[in-house]
Amino acid sequence: MANALAHDSHAHPTGWKRYVYSTNHKDIGVMYLVFAIIAGIIGAALSVVMRMELQEPGIQIFHGLAQMVYGVDAGAALDAGKQMYNTFTTAHGLVMIFFVVMPALIGGYANYFIPIMIGAPDMAFPRLNNISFWLLPVAFLLLIMSLFVEGPSGLYGTGGGWTMYPPFSTTGNPGPAMDFAILAIHIAGASSILGAINFITTIFNMRAPGMTMHKMPLFAWSVLVTAFLLLLSLPVLAGAITMLLTDRNFGTTFFDPAGGGDPILFQHLFWFFGHPEVYILILPGFGIISHIISTFSRKPVFGYLGMAYAMVAIGVVGFVVWAHHMYTTGIDVDTQAYFVFATMVIAVPTGVKVFSWIATMWGGSISFRTPMLWAIGFIFLFTVGGVTGVQLANAGLDRSMQDTYFVVAHFHYVLSLGAIFAIFAGWYYWFPKISGYMYNELVGKVHFWVMFVGVNLVFFPQHFLGVAGMPRRYIDYPDAFAGWNFVSSIGSYISAVSVLIFLYGVIEAFQKKRVAGDNPWGEGATTLEWQLPSPPPFHQWEELPRIR
Amino acid sequence: MVKPAQKSRFNLVLGLVLALVGAGMVGAAYAAVPLYRIFCQATGYNGTTRRAVAASGTVLDRRIIVRFDGNVQGLPWKFMPAQAAVSVRLGEPTTIYYLAENTSDHETTGSAVFNVAPDAVGQFFNKIQCFCFTKQTLKPHERVTMPVTFFVSPDFDKERQLKETRAVTLSYTMYPAEEPGDTKAEGQPVAQAGSAVLPSKL
Repeated sequence: MANALAHDSHAHPTGWKRYVYSTNHKDIGVMYLVFAIIAGIIGAALSVVMRMELQEPGIQIFHGLAQMVYGVDAGAALDAGKQMYNTFTTAHGLVMIFFVVMPALIGGYANYFIPIMIGAPDMAFPRLNNISFWLLPVAFLLLIMSLFVEGPSGLYGTGGGWTMYPPFSTTGNPGPAMDFAILAIHIAGASSILGAINFITTIFNMRAPGMTMHKMPLFAWSVLVTAFLLLLSLPVLAGAITMLLTDRNFGTTFFDPAGGGDPILFQHLFWFFGHPEVYILILPGFGIISHIISTFSRKPVFGYLGMAYAMVAIGVVGFVVWAHHMYTTGIDVDTQAYFVFATMVIAVPTGVKVFSWIATMWGGSISFRTPMLWAIGFIFLFTVGGVTGVQLANAGLDRSMQDTYFVVAHFHYVLSLGAIFAIFAGWYYWFPKISGYMYNELVGKVHFWVMFVGVNLVFFPQHFLGVAGMPRRYIDYPDAFAGWNFVSSIGSYISAVSVLIFLYGVIEAFQKKRVAGDNPWGEGATTLEWQLPSPPPFHQWEELPRIR
Repeated sequence: MVKPAQKSRFNLVLGLVLALVGAGMVGAAYAAVPLYRIFCQATGYNGTTRRAVAASGTVLDRRIIVRFDGNVQGLPWKFMPAQAAVSVRLGEPTTIYYLAENTSDHETTGSAVFNVAPDAVGQFFNKIQCFCFTKQTLKPHERVTMPVTFFVSPDFDKERQLKETRAVTLSYTMYPAEEPGDTKAEGQPVAQAGSAVLPSKL
């Protein structure tokens, strides 16, 4: 650590070394954001190809794609195509969760802004931060490689979904593709755990004098809770997938009944991680939205303490609801009743947050700048996803809805339309601070409206499909589902266009170089980052700020 | 004010504590494996049946149908119940038989994994004697009849979830076992103390 401190006082390195050897939280944050954008484009492309396939009943695209990519002959193309579709759903899920949302919110925004917001010169462990980042591209590469090696015998890639349930992930995928995917998650998980340790230490130990926990910005609170969720849940996933790995390669029988194991145990372990994971994906977004709503309403956030402890409550209760993902695995009625109840309890702190955002806007002098549009869009769409979540929490209803497109619609409303909207809200809010340049307001607003229409067109009809009984994770469907699937696919093309508008907006901002100034948002923006120049100096708070 | 060197030591300590917490959670994931098994055996969760030394004594008038199922995974055996179902009174010990035949020309060893449905019945389904307690070795083309002695606990009648249940299914899957002879660790015993090891073949 002494070295790292000494290092900080040197002149900072330039060229490629500045990034590869970086121990600077802002440079690492920017690298995370760039990485998330690249991974996001890949993940989105995977989903658009799937929507192209699902635009009409029958199999249109994937058999040809499999012939092109894997060079299989025409006879085997159909099966290879079906497998390829499954690998696309799997890769889309894993990429979006581990390589887009988490790097953007936690690695990107939190790395960049947590030290600034709490008045710290950098993260507690700058070198650990560097490792955290550079593990990610390696993990991503492993995941991409898994698409091109053998999975099930004679087929490529792993198509078991992001949940990787055995026995399909053990005996069903003898080829190395599954091992590549497992190792990718191991490495991405290690990266996140190291990041979590770093954030907790930073937030507990590095706050500026006067910055008490109860004066800390809500984004810092959200990241603190997220980091604890990561620290407590990701190691369980790491353990579970290590058991998968040894079951696959070293003859253990953790999940194999022949040796006394139980495949259901994997589901328990997985969802013990998996459910906190969904809060990991959304909590930092809650923090960002709180700041944006407050900034553009020119009011302090309503019910600060309630907001902070609502996130803590969501984090705590999030650990005891995992089996609501497993209602149909034969758990008994009383246990189901408990999980139904516990799950619905989460709606209470979530409601506290939603109503506090609305109360913050109430009577405020609201300006509908681009970040505010995204934030209001977030509140609306996240609430829609939350309501379908409460529906799905019912074990009885879940018997009918489970594994249908209703579930797909639900979790895309909270993630694709929730977490991703929070990422874009944060992007437009902080882009002037990070780059020093103002984005183009018109391009930002067009981006918002095109994406808003696009994603709603994709996912709202999927509620209807799900209630009608269309199962998820299939390449084909009966003709009866054709209508809404067509609408959904059109929506996905519109969303794809919105990504292009976003990229155009970024390029335009860097071309035009409109100087943003220290605080482009006016008096509503009260957190510490707005007291620094845009972009902030390489090392900030050499004189620690005084917090009133 | 805290000096920078002191601060970085605080950081290091907290960082190490958190790393230990992370390592502890990996340990917890592994600890879940035996805990889950013990939990299932203790509560009959997931349809895990129980092992008993002797019948309970009380026999109720309420009758249920017990159906039997047998299947084989990865073993050159024929394996099936000798009777499709029996009607038993709650608390009444009953012996039924399974038939097994080694269809190959070499000696093979199998071990059975069992389960009862609906899952809530697990805690009431007691086996006094079962071929599933040990591994089974069959010579080429040998045929055996294997007994299971069980009773359904009278407490079954008190369980709210099973008020409407008139039939339960006991299912066995025969898996290949590596070495013949030694007792299987799994499926052991809520009350195994003193349980007699009975001849496994009849």
